[in-house]
Amino acid sequence: MALGLAVGVSGLAFGAAAVGSGLSVAQACVLSLLAFTGASQFALAGAVAGGGSLIGGVAGAVLLGSRNALYGLRMTGVLEPRGARKPLTALGVIDETTAVSLAQPDTASARLAFRVTFATIYITWNLSTLLGAYGAGRIGSPQSFGLDVVGPAAFLALIWPQLRAGRTERAVGLLGAAIALITTPFLPPGVPVILAATAALAGALATPVPGAGAAELPAAEPPVAGAP
Amino acid sequence: MTGTWVAVLVTAAGCYAFKLAGLTVPRRVLDNPRVRRFAELVPVALLAALVAVQTFGDGQSLAIDPARLAGLGAAVLALVLRAPFLVVIIAAAGTAAALRALGVA
Repeated sequence: MALGLAVGVSGLAFGAAAVGSGLSVAQACVLSLLAFTGASQFALAGAVAGGGSLIGGVAGAVLLGSRNALYGLRMTGVLEPRGARKPLTALGVIDETTAVSLAQPDTASARLAFRVTFATIYITWNLSTLLGAYGAGRIGSPQSFGLDVVGPAAFLALIWPQLRAGRTERAVGLLGAAIALITTPFLPPGVPVILAATAALAGALATPVPGAGAAELPAAEPPVAGAP
Repeated sequence: MTGTWVAVLVTAAGCYAFKLAGLTVPRRVLDNPRVRRFAELVPVALLAALVAVQTFGDGQSLAIDPARLAGLGAAVLALVLRAPFLVVIIAAAGTAAALRALGVA
C-alpha cells in the first residue's frame, strides 16, 4: 500500500516534470506505458529540458534501464516465464516488483507477489503520470513547486539503502558523481551519466570476490522505493 | 517535436529490450561473482551521477542553484533521519519551493 502511494506521488511528479521539461502529455504517457521504468523516464525528461543532444539523452535513459536486465537475470529463475507470457512479464521487471517478489518465502507466493505488484504499480504509475502531466500545464512553472528537486531526491532515496550498506557502495557513488560532474562541460548531456558506469566496473574489480557461492541478489532494495 | 517523439519511442524500446534481455540471458552468466557485483553497483553509480548532474548541471555547464541545493540537503537530512520515501520527496520539493517563494534563493 505504502509502495503504491509512493509510486503515485512519483508518477504525479514525473508527469509534471515531463511536461515542465517540454514533453507533451501524450509523450509523457507513452513513456510510462511502454518504458515503465521511472529513473529512465526522469532522465529523458531531464535531457529534453537541458536542450542538449537527444541522442545522448536517449542513451543515458536506456543505459539507466539496463539494471532491469540485471533484475531479469535474477527473476527468470523465480518466474520461469515461457511463451506468450514472457513479453508481458518482461515489461514488469523493475525495482519494486523484484524487491517485493524476492521478499516472499516460496516460489508460488513470489510469483503471485510479482503479478500483484506489477498490476498495482502499472495502473498507479500510468494514471498518476496522466494526472501530473495535465496538472503541470495548469499550475505554471514546475520550479516554483520545487519539482526540479524531485528527481535528484528520488534517486538519492532509491540508492540510500545501498549507500548505507557498505564502503564500496559509497565510494562507487561518489566516484560516479565526480566522473559525471567533471565530464559535463565537455560532453553532450546524458553521456557523463553513462561514463559513470565505469565507477561500478572499478568497484566490482576492486572488491575481493569470494568463491562462486550464493552472493546477495543484485540490488533488490527494500520495498520503499518510489518510482518503478 | 518529431525528434522528441523518436527519442521517446527509442527510449521505450531500449528500456523494454533490456528487461526482455534479462529474462533471456542464460543464468550461468550470473554465476560469475564479478558480474553479480557489477550488477549491484551499476544503479549506485548511475543514480549518484544523475543526482550530481541534475543538482549542479545547467545544460553543459555547472551552476549552483541555492534553492535546489537546499532541497537536496533537506532530502539528505530526511534520509539520515530514516524518513519514508514520501517524506523525503516532500521535504526536498517543499524546501526548494519555500525558498523560491520567499525570494531567498
